Amino acid sequence: MVKSVVTPKDVEHIAKLAKIPVSPTEKRSFATAFEETLGVVNQLRQLDVTQTPTTHQVTGLENVWRDDEVDETKMFSQQQALANGTKVHDGYFMVPRILEEKDV
Amino acid sequence: MSKSSLNTLTLTQTIEGLKQKTFSLQELYGAINQAIEQNNQKLNAYLTLDDKALAKAEKTTHLPLMGVPIAVKDNFCTKDFRTTAASKVLDQFVPQFDSTVAKKLKEAGGVIIGKTNLDAWAHGSSTETSGYGRTLNPRNPNYLPGGSSGGSAAAIAADMTIAAVGSETAGSIRQPAAWCGVVGLKPTYGRVSRYGVAAMASSTDSPGPITKTVEDAALLLNFLAGHDPNDATSSPQQAPDFTAVLNKSIKGLKIGVIYQDIPGLEMVNEKLSEQLQVFKELGAQLETTKALDPRYAIGVYTVVQRAEVSSNLARYDGIRYGHDRSYFGPEAKRRQMLGTYTLSKGYAEKYYDLAQKVRTLFLEDNNQLFKKYDVLISATSPGFAKKIGATEGAAMFGELEDMLLEPSSLTGQPGISVPYYRDPKTHLFLGMNIVAPMWQEQRVIQVADAFEKNTQWNTWRNPL
Amino acid sequence: MSWQETYEPVIGLEVHVELKTQSKMFCGCVNNPFHAKKPNIYTCPVCLGMPGGLPVPNKKAIEWTVMIGLATNCKTNTFSKFDRKHYFYPDLAKGYQISQYDLPFCYEGSVNTSFGKVRLNRIHLEEDTGKLLHTTIKGKKVSLVDFNRSGVPLVEIVTEPDIKNGAQAKEYGKKLRQLLRFLNVADCDMEQGGMRLEANISLRKKSEKNLPKYKVEVKNINSFRFLEQAINFELDRQAKLLDKGEQPKQETRGWDSIKNQTVAHRGKEEAADYRYFPDPDIPPIHLTRKFIQNIQDALPELPETIGQRWQKEYSLHPKQVAILLEFDESKELAWLDQVFAQLSKHSLPVSQFVNDFINKKLKLPSKNSVAQTIQAFKNLHQAETIDTRELATVIKQVLDENQDAVKKYQAGEQPVFGFFMGQVMRRLGKKVDPQAIRQALQAALEA
Repeated sequence: MVKSVVTPKDVEHIAKLAKIPVSPTEKRSFATAFEETLGVVNQLRQLDVTQTPTTHQVTGLENVWRDDEVDETKMFSQQQALANGTKVHDGYFMVPRILEEKDV
Repeated sequence: MSKSSLNTLTLTQTIEGLKQKTFSLQELYGAINQAIEQNNQKLNAYLTLDDKALAKAEKTTHLPLMGVPIAVKDNFCTKDFRTTAASKVLDQFVPQFDSTVAKKLKEAGGVIIGKTNLDAWAHGSSTETSGYGRTLNPRNPNYLPGGSSGGSAAAIAADMTIAAVGSETAGSIRQPAAWCGVVGLKPTYGRVSRYGVAAMASSTDSPGPITKTVEDAALLLNFLAGHDPNDATSSPQQAPDFTAVLNKSIKGLKIGVIYQDIPGLEMVNEKLSEQLQVFKELGAQLETTKALDPRYAIGVYTVVQRAEVSSNLARYDGIRYGHDRSYFGPEAKRRQMLGTYTLSKGYAEKYYDLAQKVRTLFLEDNNQLFKKYDVLISATSPGFAKKIGATEGAAMFGELEDMLLEPSSLTGQPGISVPYYRDPKTHLFLGMNIVAPMWQEQRVIQVADAFEKNTQWNTWRNPL
Repeated sequence: MSWQETYEPVIGLEVHVELKTQSKMFCGCVNNPFHAKKPNIYTCPVCLGMPGGLPVPNKKAIEWTVMIGLATNCKTNTFSKFDRKHYFYPDLAKGYQISQYDLPFCYEGSVNTSFGKVRLNRIHLEEDTGKLLHTTIKGKKVSLVDFNRSGVPLVEIVTEPDIKNGAQAKEYGKKLRQLLRFLNVADCDMEQGGMRLEANISLRKKSEKNLPKYKVEVKNINSFRFLEQAINFELDRQAKLLDKGEQPKQETRGWDSIKNQTVAHRGKEEAADYRYFPDPDIPPIHLTRKFIQNIQDALPELPETIGQRWQKEYSLHPKQVAILLEFDESKELAWLDQVFAQLSKHSLPVSQFVNDFINKKLKLPSKNSVAQTIQAFKNLHQAETIDTRELATVIKQVLDENQDAVKKYQAGEQPVFGFFMGQVMRRLGKKVDPQAIRQALQAALEA
C-alpha cells in the first residue's frame, strides 16, 4: 500500500489549481476526506495491471468527425449568447480587469 | 377508473386511454396537478414546474406521445426553462437551447411538466445533497429516495407524473429506482445523447427512463435513443424497437447470478435467491457465478469520476451564465478538489492511469462472463433506502451504495432495476439489477419484463 | 569581446496558426472572428461552454493539419486523440482547452533555412480561445470578452531548439507563413493574431552539449521583425547576466515594441499544471494509410521544390528564386511555371524575364494569359531586332547636322559621345537597346 499523507497545504495548492475558495475549516475537512477516499483507491494496488492497457472510452468508436460546414441552426444570436451573462456591456461579457498574464 | 386517479396510469395505459378518448388531456393534467399539489411540497421532487404544460400538451395530441406529462431531471437543459442541476451556481440559469433528450421528447409529443430534484450536479446517491433541499422517499418519507435522479424516481413513485427521465453516471437511475420501488433503465453508454446534459463523468453519463413498469421503460427509451450528430460518443447504429421483446419467453436464456459471495450483501442476496426461482419456472438457466469484486469498482469509479468532474465543472466561472465558483456546495467542491489532485503532476500516473487500467479489468471480466451468460443479475443496492441525514459526514456514501452498479457503468453496459421485494413494515423496496452486453438493452428489458409480469412486486400492476 | 565567442544560442519557436476552415474546430459556428460585425455572434452551446455542450471535431481541420505535417517532412501518428488542457482564464469558456498532449497528429519534421535545417518537434491541433478587450467603463478597469474566436481551429508548430539567431528565426517564420498560405489553409494575419509567435530562448557555453537549465519564453510577438529584435535583445540580455555569473530567471516575457525590449510578464511564480487527460467526449482518431496517402497525393509541388527546379532548369539565381517565391498563392506560382516553360520552349531568356519583373519592367503575375505575357516580354525587348537601315539613316542625319561635335569627338573629346547617343535615341522615338545604338554609332564615327 502506498501511504499518502494529505496536508492542509496540499489542499491549498489543489484549491488554487481548481479555483475553489476554501475556508480553513474546509481545508482540514478536505484533507481528511482526501485521505479516506485515497485509502479506498489504494486498494486497487492489490490488482496486477502491469500488462493491462488503460480504458478511457467504451464505445469502440473512432474517427467521429463532421464535415466543415456552418450549422446556423445551433448558433445563438448575440442576445441569446448574453442572455445569462451576469455582467454584460455593449455585446460583450464583462469581467474585472485581468492583471495576470495568461501563462499558456 | 376514477378521473382523479388518472395520475396512477402507466405511460402505456395513458397513451392508450388518450387514443381511445377514455379521458381527456384536461382530466389527465387535473389528476397530475392534484397529486403534485398534495405531495410536492413535502416530497420536494420537482424544483420547477411548467404552468403552461397543459396548453403545450393540447398542441401535441397528434404526435406519438400525445401530450403525456413527463418529468425531467434538472440537469437536462430545457430551452427557455430554468435548469439548475440542483446547484445554486445555476440558480437563475435559463438555457437558450434544448438538450437532445428534451428536444426528442418534445418532438414526439411529450410535455416536460417539470424539472426534478437531484444531488447537486448529480453528485450523489441520496438527493440529499441538492442545493434546494432533499427529496423524500414517497414510499416512506422518513427515508431517502436515493439518487442522484431521486426527484424523478420520487415523482414516479408518488404518481406526480406519468413517466420520467433521469441520468446515470454510476447508479443514478437504477439506485433511486430501487429505493423508490420503480423501474429504472440505464441504456448502453452512447445509446442516448448526452448533448445538453450538464456533464458529470463524460465517459459514463447515460440518460435513461425512470418509469412505473418495464413496458414503459422500453416505450420511453424508443423516443430517447438514437444517433445524435451533436454527441461524438453517440452510437451511429440504429436503435431497435425496445418494446419488441415485451412478453417474449425467456426460456433457455442463460442467467448468471453474481456477487453472492460479497460480504455485507447477505440480506439482499437471501431475498434475491427467493425471487430468482421464478426465472427457473419460466425456463431460464440459472447459475451462480463469480465476477470481479465490485469493491474494486469503487476505487476506479471514484478516481475516474472525480477527475472528469473536476474538468467538467471548470466551465462554471460565472461569466457567461450562473454564479461564480464560490457558490459550489461542499460535495461539488470536494469532488473537484479530489479530481484535480488525482490529475495533477506526479499523481496522474498513481491514481488516474491506475484506475483506467483496472477499468480494463472490469471490461475483460464482463466480456468473459457474457461469453457464458446472456444476462447477469445481482441486487441493485446493498440494502433498503437509508434514513434521511445518512449522507452527512460520509464522503464515500454514494460510492458504497452504488458499488454493485459501478462495474456496468464503467464498462458502459446496459442495466435495469426492477423491484423484487417490499418490506411490509417500512414499505421500502429492494431492486434487482439485470445487466447485458453493450447494445443489448432488449435482453435486460425482456428478462425484467418477464420478472415483473410473473411476480407481485410492481405496485402499478398489483396495486397495494 | 562579444558574447558570441563564449556562448551559443539555443532557440526554439512555437508558432500558433488559425486555420481558415468555414466552421469552427468543434462546432458548426462560423469561423471568421476578425470580420464579425458584432461580438459574440458566432457562438453556440459548444463554444460558449454551456452545460452539456459537446465537441465534434472538424474533419477538414484534421486533414489540413496532416497536410501541413506532410509539407514539412513530418511523420504522422496513425493513432491520435484530443486531450483536455486545464487552466482558468475568462476567455477560455470551458475551463480547459481541447488540445493534443502526447499524440500530436504530426511529429519529427523539418524546415530548411539558409542558416541550416530547423527540425520540427511536433504539430498539433487545438482550439483557440475567445478574445479579451481591456478597457475602462465608468471609471472601472474591466476586461470585455468576445467568444467569436472561441473554438477556432488552431495549429501549433513547435521546433526543436535548432535556431541560432534572430535572422534565422525570422526566415523560418516567413518560410512557414509562405508555406501555409501556399497550401491555402491559413491567412496568417499577424496583426489580428491569426499567426502568433513565441520564442524559447537561452544561451549555453559553447563547449556545453546539454540544454541550458533555464529558458526564457517570449510571447505575443506579432511580426517577424519584432521576433528578430526580441531574440537579439534577449540574447544580449542573457549574455550580460551570464557574464556576471547569474543564471537568467526562467520566466515568460513579452516584446515591448515601443521601448524595443523584452519585459517580464506578471504572472504566477509556480509552474503550470495543466492536468491533461484524454477528452472523453471525443473518440480517438485513427488515421489510415489511405487517409494519409490521399492527402499526400493531393499535395501540390511545394514552393521549395519549385524553387529548386527553377534554379536547375532555368539557371535562375537563388536570390531571384527567393523573390519569386514571395508569391505565396499556389496558383500564382503555377502560372509563373507555365510562363517559364513557354519562354524556355521559344528559347527566350527566363533569367532576363525574371529580372524585368524584379526591376518592375513587367508586372507579374498578371491576369494576362501566358501567351500575352510572353508577347509583353517580347515587346519590351523588340529593340534588339530594330531595323538597322532605319538606325543607319538616323545616325547619318545626326552626324550630318552636328559636324562640329563630330570634329570634337574625333579630336578626342569622349563625352560628346553621350550627346550623340541622346540625339539618336530621341529621334528614333522608341525604346531601343542602347547597346545596339552604341555599336552602330561608334562604327559610323570611326568610319
